[in-house]
Amino acid sequence: MSASSVIGTSLTMAKALNEGLRKAMEDDPKVVMMGEDVGKLGGVFRITDGLQKDFGEDRVIDTPLAESGIVGTAVGLAIRGYRPVCEIQFDGFVFPAFDQIVSQVAKLHNRSAGQVKVPITIRIPYGGGIGAVEHHSESPEAYFAHTAGLKVVACADPSDAYWMVQQAIADDDPVIFLEPKRRYHAAKAEIAAAPTPLHQARVIRPGTAATLATYGATVSVALEAAEAAAADGTQLEVIDLRSVSPIDTETVVDSVRRTGRLLVTHEAPLSFGPAAEIAARVQEQAFYSLEAPVLRVTGYDTPYPPSRLENEWLPNLDRVLDGIDRLMSY
Amino acid sequence: MSEHVVAVQPEPDMIQLLTPEGQRVDHPDYPLGLSDEDIAGLYRDLVLVRRIDTEAIALQRQGELGLWASLLGQEAAQIGAGRALRPHDMAFPTYREHGVAWCRGVDPLTLLGLFRGTNLGGWSPSEHNFNLYTIVIGAQTLHATGYAMGVVRDGAVGTGDPDRDTAVLAFFGDGASSQGDVNEAFVWAAAGNLPIVFLCQNNQWAISEPVERQSRVPLYQRSAGFGFPGMRVDGNDVLASYAVTRRALDDARNAQGPTLIEAFTYRMNPHTTNDDPRRYRLGSELETWKLRDPIERVRAYLSREAGYGSDYFAAIEDESKKLAEHVRAGCRALPDPTPQSLFDSVYVTMPAELRAQRDEFVEFVGSLEEASA
Repeated sequence: MSASSVIGTSLTMAKALNEGLRKAMEDDPKVVMMGEDVGKLGGVFRITDGLQKDFGEDRVIDTPLAESGIVGTAVGLAIRGYRPVCEIQFDGFVFPAFDQIVSQVAKLHNRSAGQVKVPITIRIPYGGGIGAVEHHSESPEAYFAHTAGLKVVACADPSDAYWMVQQAIADDDPVIFLEPKRRYHAAKAEIAAAPTPLHQARVIRPGTAATLATYGATVSVALEAAEAAAADGTQLEVIDLRSVSPIDTETVVDSVRRTGRLLVTHEAPLSFGPAAEIAARVQEQAFYSLEAPVLRVTGYDTPYPPSRLENEWLPNLDRVLDGIDRLMSY
Repeated sequence: MSEHVVAVQPEPDMIQLLTPEGQRVDHPDYPLGLSDEDIAGLYRDLVLVRRIDTEAIALQRQGELGLWASLLGQEAAQIGAGRALRPHDMAFPTYREHGVAWCRGVDPLTLLGLFRGTNLGGWSPSEHNFNLYTIVIGAQTLHATGYAMGVVRDGAVGTGDPDRDTAVLAFFGDGASSQGDVNEAFVWAAAGNLPIVFLCQNNQWAISEPVERQSRVPLYQRSAGFGFPGMRVDGNDVLASYAVTRRALDDARNAQGPTLIEAFTYRMNPHTTNDDPRRYRLGSELETWKLRDPIERVRAYLSREAGYGSDYFAAIEDESKKLAEHVRAGCRALPDPTPQSLFDSVYVTMPAELRAQRDEFVEFVGSLEEASA
């Protein structure tokens, strides 16, 4: 299937990612996929389904089961001129690779005074809400967003998934690419004809009463909340940040200057999370526009809970609406 | 403490081609194939890299370098391995491979920036096929392994074309042998039959920890469990280090897969200029190893067996003095980085937020300069 033919068609996020990866491999022979079970099996989520069959074992590599090895060898491939795409099987399994990501992937361009490029994409199915066991539902983005040299992005819909994964791979900087796994098969959507720039936030629902900013898995929750609030006469503006690092502060600040109120939501725990950073920037840049403190509705500062409790832990529709109530009544 | 002295006795199966007394011995598996002129060239390398090291230590004492990791005692392991490389092979050093850098044609001044604090390395790995120094112990073994994966994908292994077939040489130490990354690199290299040679300089000490803290078996035996050959070479014997590494690199280029070489040597100086080995090892151990000096034995061979006289050694001493002057003057002339360069090369494409931080910083620094003008 020629990848260009998917434009205008309706795909799930999982299929859109698969098509995006396929297109990236067609466009650049230096792109290689590597990870656990990404070959014959197509990955535990089937995101790399069929790629090894079509591009060969040299370009879609079933690796030994060691995450530091996956990322560390990707660094060596990058030095040799390749453009590796690593799949980390689940969010909670990225930590064995933490040293390679933070001390090597992120710093090598700087260490070499700009002479080495590290165009590695590290794909991580992330987030909760799938009834999984421990270590399969985490949101580790703050660790990476805190690290100079890394970019961190999250797709929220099939069209972005298709385009953003290609943009991340084509980017000469290392990109942590977060895929909200519970949205993989949630809904089909049409693949847009052209991409939005990778680090640009997008107003996905215009509104006037307050701004609701989020990314990744909670974008759909935010849209539901906006729908429910609209039924009560409150028009929320919803922003899909798309990029956690760098953050498109300008789009958020522009919106807050119009609405005067901001709620940020994400699954990652509260303290030191992306919402805290956004709140800091908005009060620095739009202090006099604010009619209420910036509020955050996020995961709690606990380990990710057992799955029977995850619906209470996650920033679900009720918790976001409760946050909106507090924001509007301030 | 006496058992530490026992621990550094050479293993009976250690490969040696030149005894500490300067006697050439043959090994059936490792024919040397070097002329006396070649050996004299290795002697020159050994002397010059020791001089670079001596000067760097002095520069640290004078406050010109913040730190130096001395290679004293390990010259033969590094020169032997470094000279076994071909130009298009790739080397992945730790932070102590100054001798390998020399063999790759890297100006010693290039190494000093990291230790002087003027940069974090700053050289291009592809310029001399010598990767940047890597300080996190063992991390570079995975980079080397990934590079070797790339070599295979490029079809640069086992073609029989000596200008095409490429090997990768990964350096690490006895301490790093305990790291997960090193063991993962072994797994990858074995499973992928990769063209890589792992060269462990066992210098007996990981700062204060003797090698017994890292391993119950001799380190070269580790490879057996991963499924590739390992051998121990006298790391103070430049001829054996050369011959064994050359053979392993040939095997790698010929698609025979990885090899582990344990170069049995000794760190004669402190771990770095900040370390004090008197707290953890006996002076008598150092005396034992001085008798196995990597340079003296080559000099003994050249003068006794190969007819090299005082003229030759004097000429190298002259060259050594010139090199020392180059290192001293060049070190002091290394430019300090500009404050603005803080923000350079963090990203290939600088994000707006970082640009804003840079602009604010530049304005702030400018305001200070204005105030003091």
